[in-house]
Amino acid sequence: MADPNGSLLELRHINQIYGGGEKIFTAIQDVTLSLNEGEFATLMGPTGCGKSTLLRIITGLQTPTAGEVLYRGKPLQGVNPHATIVFQTFALFPWLTVQENVEVALKARGVPPKLRTTRALDLLDRVGLDGFENAYPRELSGGMLQKVGFARAMAVEPELLCLDEPFSALDVLSAESLRGELMELWTGGVIPTRAILLATHNIEEAVFLADRILVMDKDPGRLIMNLKVDLPHPRQRKDPKFLNLVDRVYMVLAGHTQPEHVEMGTAPGEPGRTRALPHINIDDLTGLMEHLDGMPNNRADIYAMARELQINSDDLLRLIETAELLGFATIAYGDITLNPLGETFAEASIRARKEIFATRIRRLPLFKWLLGLLRASDKKQMEWDVVQKALELEFHEEEAERQLDTAIDWGRYAELLAYDDSSQVLFLEPGGAMGFTRENFNFPGPA
Amino acid sequence: MSHPSRLFRIAQPLLRPPSWGDAVVFMSLAALIYLGVHLGLSAPPAIKGPEISLSPGHLVYYAGLSTGRMAAAYLLSVIFSLIYGTYAANHRGAEKILIPLLDALQTIPILSFLPVVLLSFIAIFPLRLALELSSIFLIFTSQTWNLTFAWYQSLTTIPRNLTQASTMFHFNPWLRFKTLELPFAAISLIWNSMASWAGGWFFLMAAEIFSAGERNFRLPGLGMYLQEAANQGNLTAIAWGVGALVLTIVILDQLIWRPLLAWSDRFKLQLSESETPPTSWFYDALRSSRLIRGVTQALVHRPWGRLDEWLTSRLPKTAQERRGQRFTWLWYALGLTLALVLTYEFYQAGVMLWAVTLKQWGIIGLGLLTTLVRVAAALVIALAWTLPVGVAIGTNQRLAAWLQPLVQITASIPATALFPVLLLMLLGLPGGLNLAAVLLMLLGTQWYLLFNIIAGASAIPQDLHDTATLLQLGRWERWRTLILPALFPYAITGAITAAGGAWNASIVAEYTQFGGQTFKTIGIGAAIAQSAAASDYPMLLAATLTMLLTVGTINRLVWQRLYRLAEARYRME
Repeated sequence: MADPNGSLLELRHINQIYGGGEKIFTAIQDVTLSLNEGEFATLMGPTGCGKSTLLRIITGLQTPTAGEVLYRGKPLQGVNPHATIVFQTFALFPWLTVQENVEVALKARGVPPKLRTTRALDLLDRVGLDGFENAYPRELSGGMLQKVGFARAMAVEPELLCLDEPFSALDVLSAESLRGELMELWTGGVIPTRAILLATHNIEEAVFLADRILVMDKDPGRLIMNLKVDLPHPRQRKDPKFLNLVDRVYMVLAGHTQPEHVEMGTAPGEPGRTRALPHINIDDLTGLMEHLDGMPNNRADIYAMARELQINSDDLLRLIETAELLGFATIAYGDITLNPLGETFAEASIRARKEIFATRIRRLPLFKWLLGLLRASDKKQMEWDVVQKALELEFHEEEAERQLDTAIDWGRYAELLAYDDSSQVLFLEPGGAMGFTRENFNFPGPA
Repeated sequence: MSHPSRLFRIAQPLLRPPSWGDAVVFMSLAALIYLGVHLGLSAPPAIKGPEISLSPGHLVYYAGLSTGRMAAAYLLSVIFSLIYGTYAANHRGAEKILIPLLDALQTIPILSFLPVVLLSFIAIFPLRLALELSSIFLIFTSQTWNLTFAWYQSLTTIPRNLTQASTMFHFNPWLRFKTLELPFAAISLIWNSMASWAGGWFFLMAAEIFSAGERNFRLPGLGMYLQEAANQGNLTAIAWGVGALVLTIVILDQLIWRPLLAWSDRFKLQLSESETPPTSWFYDALRSSRLIRGVTQALVHRPWGRLDEWLTSRLPKTAQERRGQRFTWLWYALGLTLALVLTYEFYQAGVMLWAVTLKQWGIIGLGLLTTLVRVAAALVIALAWTLPVGVAIGTNQRLAAWLQPLVQITASIPATALFPVLLLMLLGLPGGLNLAAVLLMLLGTQWYLLFNIIAGASAIPQDLHDTATLLQLGRWERWRTLILPALFPYAITGAITAAGGAWNASIVAEYTQFGGQTFKTIGIGAAIAQSAAASDYPMLLAATLTMLLTVGTINRLVWQRLYRLAEARYRME
């Protein structure tokens, strides 16, 4: 392994802003960090926090709106010739064989034909793909495809190896074995790579692999924690120190339940940030509520739950965020606790659940605003595009669309909203038009 | 057999809102056509072409000549498409003009290009060469547009991760072209090439015999043979000619297109094995022949490999993703000059249009309406028979396997070749030419519909058929709830192409010379063809622009909306 002297990569006050005029969306806000030689760092955070964008900026695929990228102390211009990316989706050329896929990277660097073949075969041998040289990507499994991805990345002998969620498209066992092999290559010092930066949303994976964990949060994407991991390799997942670290990261990512006005934010168009609705499946939410309802004291450790339910941490965190936002549960110190309202919801009939859900979402500023708009409009209906344009004052285009999608999904479940896809019109459900008269479930909000 | 849905594929119509580019394009085209027309006023005296022999023995020679012309035009089309499409895909500013331009160019009838092309070539080259070049260029105008669209669409839909990987690994333009862009576009390019050749055969006669005013230009070839045979009313010769044409098309299909399709199956993007890959006996034969392999190794692979290495090492690297490059001042200056010239010419075109009398405008308007009715009639008739037949074929694999080659050969006969026979049969009837015109449009365009409907019917999942059976839906209910909605997107895609083809066919359908006589009926196609033949250039300009504007408007108002609706609601994917 390389000697840790001086930084390989430095980011100074990186900002990435999209849009213009009134509709400005900050994807990355003031990120400053450095990566030293010999370091294996992971970049963590929820979906949409800008991990991938940051990787693109680091490798030079994208130029940031503001800020500086220094590589070995020099400002980066264009694509960094000493860096490479392993992609989540493999990004292999389907019409080239495994060997050709590796060779083409060497060819682009001007390596002569004979040497290309030897080097490619050697690399494929090293990742254990001996015998598959002439296979086409469509003949291989996900794990093997990613091995080709690794071999191709190694072929260009990168000093800085960026991994963009390389294991998340793989099944559990393939991912596990590939992680082990990556560590072997890295700690064995057989590759010329000086530093690795891994973007992931798998917390356990980050603690298992990295010397340092950089945690990002979204809205806007920014760095919120820089955690050193001082455990020796190979790391044991049952080790209390390991578990403790994973718990800490969960704690940071899950956050603590804030006072209600902070949790809920403001309505679109008003000063202050509008709280985005987490994009979730409502059936998953009810499932989580039922699960918590069955736990002693209606309480669970988030990390333990992720392992038990075999659910990826990103999805779980989004569900938890929803439960918190609706006032069904509180989060503190990496634990989630169902409150009485959540308990009622979990035990209620389908019909009653919908009513509880309806009363809860009608308190969210985004919903209040949306229902208000509809109530004030002609025939209690509005076109999708109009609402989306209004939401775009608060969110960037893609997110505004997702928000409206989620709002309609929730509104339909709560029977507050209806939406006609062919005419693209939202309207109030007759029952929801003047609001429920039965406000039976008016429990106090989260503390 | 190949999957029915792969029988025939065309570029998806492009969905884009009208933009300022459309206006610029329309003005520029008006200016350009005017320019050609202007040239036409100073044309050389009459030219008599070579005599053509109707003896079947000459057919091989004629077929060779025609195929050669087609091949040259096709080569030109490919080169043009690669350059034009690449430029449009990589320069946002240029894209705004280039794509509407392409849209408009493909609705301009072949004959309207004639004066521009012919006369400018005659001005530069010796006559014989100029005629050949004009003919090739005319064929080119019937081949190239869909290829260009296909290439452009492929370039703009390459998966982002593959583009990123190419950039990350520092591919230079050549390596990127060879490893990423060309393979990704290959399948679509091959299908569109087949469509292009079909388009070329359709207009072969128009491209080998053309008259401008007193001047009659003729080139030896299959198209002229057929025309001459029709002129003499020689049915035996017509049969020989059609036979030779069909044979040529079948040979090309078996020896070139099918092998290419079989070979290109490797370029499928999906990461799973396909169930029914296209096959070709000729491709298999080539692959298993050791002699062929040795020869290609020596003559193709080695030089190609060397060229490849040379290009890979010589061309400069591109650091940034290329999309979004800015115009330099040079381009601005060039664009400005061009804009000034075009504006002037547009003004001149306006002056020329002034010479079109009110009565002539009346003819154009009436013609437009009549042709519109004919196009609609052709579409309705085509839909009426292709719906039941297409569904029958598409839902029955055995029927499909049996009918597929038959349908393909029938579809490959260019309708224009049969037109003289149709005329002979129909001219005696009241409204004969009218009937024949609709029939020609139908013959030329029904296949697009049929192929799309077969593809749509075979794409209906079996479990939905089963559900319909379990629910004991009646015949009509089954059609209403399952088959018609499922076919809708495919029928629309087919109808868009068919309607475009029908408008284009109106030029050859509504005005024809046959047996030394001229037959014409009312229609915009007749107006264009007649004014081209009579050197009435203001009228030609007016009629062409009217047609261009009408077809463009109909596309915007009707087809694009229907297409969007179909994609949003009825696409089963």
